[in-house]
Amino acid sequence: MPANKKFNRGHGPLLHGFIEDAIFMEWKKVSDMLFPAGHDIEQDGDLLTGQGRCGKHTVAVIGTTNHTEVGVELALAMAAAVLEVIRNHPARPIVFLVNTSGQRLRHRDEMLGLNGYMAHLAKCVEMARRSGHAIISLVYEQALSGGFLANGMMADVCAALPEAEIRVMGLPAMARVTRISEERLTELSKTSPVFAPGAKNYLQMGGLAGLWEGDLSACLADALEHADASDQRRKLGLERGGRLFAEPVVKRVLASA
Amino acid sequence: MNHSYYESSARARIAGLLDAGSFDEWLPAAERLTSPHLATLEQPAAFDDGVVIGRGSIAGKQIFIAAQEGGFMGGAVGEVHGAKIVGMLERAVRDRPAAALLLVESGGVRLQEANAGLIAVSEVMRAILAVRAAGVPVIVAIGGQYGCFGGMGIASRCATTIIISEEGRLGLSGPEVIETVRGVEEYDSRDRALVWRTVGGKHRYLLGECDTIVADSMEAFRQAITASIAKGDDWSLAALEREHRLLADRVQRFGDCQDGRDIWRKLGWPDPDAIAMLDNDEFMAAAQGHRAK
Repeated sequence: MPANKKFNRGHGPLLHGFIEDAIFMEWKKVSDMLFPAGHDIEQDGDLLTGQGRCGKHTVAVIGTTNHTEVGVELALAMAAAVLEVIRNHPARPIVFLVNTSGQRLRHRDEMLGLNGYMAHLAKCVEMARRSGHAIISLVYEQALSGGFLANGMMADVCAALPEAEIRVMGLPAMARVTRISEERLTELSKTSPVFAPGAKNYLQMGGLAGLWEGDLSACLADALEHADASDQRRKLGLERGGRLFAEPVVKRVLASA
Repeated sequence: MNHSYYESSARARIAGLLDAGSFDEWLPAAERLTSPHLATLEQPAAFDDGVVIGRGSIAGKQIFIAAQEGGFMGGAVGEVHGAKIVGMLERAVRDRPAAALLLVESGGVRLQEANAGLIAVSEVMRAILAVRAAGVPVIVAIGGQYGCFGGMGIASRCATTIIISEEGRLGLSGPEVIETVRGVEEYDSRDRALVWRTVGGKHRYLLGECDTIVADSMEAFRQAITASIAKGDDWSLAALEREHRLLADRVQRFGDCQDGRDIWRKLGWPDPDAIAMLDNDEFMAAAQGHRAK
């Protein structure tokens, strides 16, 4: 693997996702690679919090591990960590380390209003951004729908390791809900980034700013350098050919009489 | 004439809520803007992709509006559908109407275009928060057959305020999804009373997930929207910290409850089963001092 490869902005080859012997990275290994100058990230249950050194920056790290399902407690704990950074560390960048199998699928969490807890976390991230904190997220193993919307997808720069799994739902479940045969969906997912799981497809559609490999610390430094507080995803999706309609439709609405 | 919000289409809701003749639609059906992904799948398309957007007025105040049509794919969000909502919201940031109004009826991400839909929902969330940061309140109304679930359940709670009817439902994972994954013992999606005690309008109001509950009529929704416009917004760190304490208290107080009834009992309702029988005015009166807010 090249030593100092900057993250792929989409005009390079998109085949990095297919590393045949890819194995997921544990959070400790990823953290050591992101912060060679040192970090004090600790695990408490499935929650990760701490600080890391990246060049001239001290960054706040908030994340999850163990392919955890995000329930009300975890969403609240992440929100508390974000609020703490806003209160006590003005302008300190926040890095989310994402590994979640989605929102917790329990009657009890639904009854307590899990959507409200997820939204609260998203609002805290937005408040951080608007208070001058750069927000970076890295999907280092897995990201699914609800658990991903509330933090990783709220970032200025959302990146993933090439072997990370990103999806809304597996194809068998999708086939059940949509009543389209799994065979047909499998076939379509070969040609369309719209259906198929995988970091590569999210990259092409602008959902990811880049895929990080090689020197992760350099990738992070670059992201901190280029973090843009405005939502770039529609433009990236158009440039990369994976999402051709979103940007033009928004422009047409803005230009309507 | 039918004044039920629940039974109305997206277009009928707009007609029933806005000042007569005030609505101008952006990208109307005549422009035949359909989902390219549904076409690939040989699935039927809609010329508005299941959402109507535009501007109008309510009680003389200029508002921008998006109304999801539950009758088309359960109001699910695809690439074009989501971009229409985002366009309306970005226009609200630019033009500063008195409010941006979202008539939400949606199961969440449209699975036929799953990845595009998920990114679109995320873009809607960020756009809602951009509108609020610009000082324009975002008002969500929930009261249709398909409820408000999936990513739209999160997006709706990013808004300034939510107005719900007793018939409205608000959550993240729908009961069918949880039942499929965890089994019927975890959540019986066919037990309508259980579903209502979990995600129904009255429960959400008592829990503090919604600010206003109204009867199922256009007029009641219209009055509540008018009142919400007048209240404005409070997008601030202090407001988020208040919300944080409220959500922390909720886990503390109700985290071990097994059923909506247990929560209502803890809120001081001696006979939780009577709640379902109260009409909206009786319920509102009885809820004073017996909701978590």
